[in-house]
Amino acid sequence: MSNAMVEARGVHKSYNGVEVLKGVDLTVVRGEVTCLIGPSGSGKSTLLRCINHLEKHDAGELFVDGELVGYEMRGGKLYERNDKQICGERARIGMVFQRFNLFQHLTVLENITIGQIKVKGVPPEAAKAKARELLARVGLDNKESHYPAQLSGGQQQRVAIARALAMEPKLMLFDEPTSALDPELVGEVLDVMKDLARSGMTMIVVTHEMNFAKEVANTVYFLDGGVIEESGNPREVLTAPRSERLRSFLSKVL
Amino acid sequence: MTTNGDAVKVVPVRHVGQWIAAAFVLVLVAMLVHTLFSKLPNGPFACHLTNGVRTCHRQSEWRFSWNIVFHYFTTSEVLHGLLTTLELTVLAMFVGVVLGVTVAVMRLSHNRLLSTSAWTYTWFFRGTPVLVQLFVWYYIAILYPSLSIGVPFTHWTLVHIHTNTLLTAFVAATVGLGLNEAAYMSEIARAGLLAVDEGQIEAATSLGMTRRQSLRYVVLPQAMRVIIPPTGNEVISMLKTTSLVSTVGVVDLLGAASNIYSANYEIMPLLIMASLWYLLVTTVLSIGQFYLERHFAKGALRSPPPTPLQRLRRDVQGVLSKFRTRRGVVGATG
Repeated sequence: MSNAMVEARGVHKSYNGVEVLKGVDLTVVRGEVTCLIGPSGSGKSTLLRCINHLEKHDAGELFVDGELVGYEMRGGKLYERNDKQICGERARIGMVFQRFNLFQHLTVLENITIGQIKVKGVPPEAAKAKARELLARVGLDNKESHYPAQLSGGQQQRVAIARALAMEPKLMLFDEPTSALDPELVGEVLDVMKDLARSGMTMIVVTHEMNFAKEVANTVYFLDGGVIEESGNPREVLTAPRSERLRSFLSKVL
Repeated sequence: MTTNGDAVKVVPVRHVGQWIAAAFVLVLVAMLVHTLFSKLPNGPFACHLTNGVRTCHRQSEWRFSWNIVFHYFTTSEVLHGLLTTLELTVLAMFVGVVLGVTVAVMRLSHNRLLSTSAWTYTWFFRGTPVLVQLFVWYYIAILYPSLSIGVPFTHWTLVHIHTNTLLTAFVAATVGLGLNEAAYMSEIARAGLLAVDEGQIEAATSLGMTRRQSLRYVVLPQAMRVIIPPTGNEVISMLKTTSLVSTVGVVDLLGAASNIYSANYEIMPLLIMASLWYLLVTTVLSIGQFYLERHFAKGALRSPPPTPLQRLRRDVQGVLSKFRTRRGVVGATG
């Protein structure tokens, strides 16, 4: 087994002729936290969505857990995977969204059990037990019968993290998980994420929280205009940026 | 508010225009009630002898012949017609909803052939009068005297049946109304599906759900909230559209009424009788719709809307408290 959970080589992606990713190379090591930073429109979220196959990349190679995303190598030929196989791949990659995207018509507990029951075929009682355990882990064990609309943004995001964890992912993707939160609620979500990082989960986090990146990330990538401008240890990259672009970006966000 | 420590009397705004309008409407309502229960001297002649003189005059009867209306209200002919109307409404709506949702899902498919077929279906069935469609299904045997199941473009057949055996008047009416309804329902369902936030689908997808699973467990339940109110409207509309089926020989509620009045010429009372039944059923349907909407609003609102009983209680309390504050002390600032 290779040491890399995610490996991208020259990944390209265009929307309607606009090139969003212009050849991205990136390596995410197992058990490590990788932060993607950069101005909006730089392609951070698109890269994340390609890894989860929510978007199909146009060119380049993208490996998750040693396998090509969306393709299967058999006898020297690449076969495109069918929907069911792709769904199976996705089930092992957790994703947390900027706007939480909790299922509005389901209670907190049902949000966390539905994937387990319908996708993994876990018996309902076992799924509930796991959901309660995860709710306790994110500090929301008293909210299981609430509907998402009855929770604060921070609470919703913590439920969303529990929902993703319920699928027992090998990789967690966070797409600006704190950007839609009121400032005083950011901390509670970051705490859950730090705890998750300590437990050894492989995480890719698109974020504007530079302190989080500095504190938790093993590697940070700075994307600008669809390419990786700079990458490396966060303490070096974020405190002593080499490129002019990163310097000006950091001066705006810090 | 300047006070000398005393309470200040608050004079609410007088809505003069509202009072005049209300009085006007009240008079109209009184006139309506009066005319509904007025009598006309149009009954049979009644004669009696007084001091050897025989006088005759017409008896007074209800202007709206309520006695006749309620005499026929529960006759078996009318109740059979009502049952047919209800059956047709339920069956046609069932066909309409199932087919309509299917067409809506097809319309939103990435496959161009599916979406174009769905669009064409809606275009055709929405673009021609439902009465014409009813006639076409009733007389379809002219075009296709027999129907068979087999392999297309070959002579190999498995089942063979005469069209008129299969498509009785009732079946033709159900098919005609159902297919027409599906065209409208598909647009309603499509609006509902589009109203669900795309993030919900992404979240379902990221959990590993297939398109079908995310549609079934995530999108449709939330779309229902948008779909239910116009669908309730469609059910009520269908209830009355079924009255068209008497033109193809199905005896529904209105058909039963018309059979009766063509024999006894009591046209108005029987039309009123039928209308009362339609109103009654519509009322029941509206109540059902309210509770259905409440059910599917789950999670969409922080608290569900009050039931009529709860609202009544709240209104009464509101009015009472208004009186209390009007008479009471409304804060005095020092």
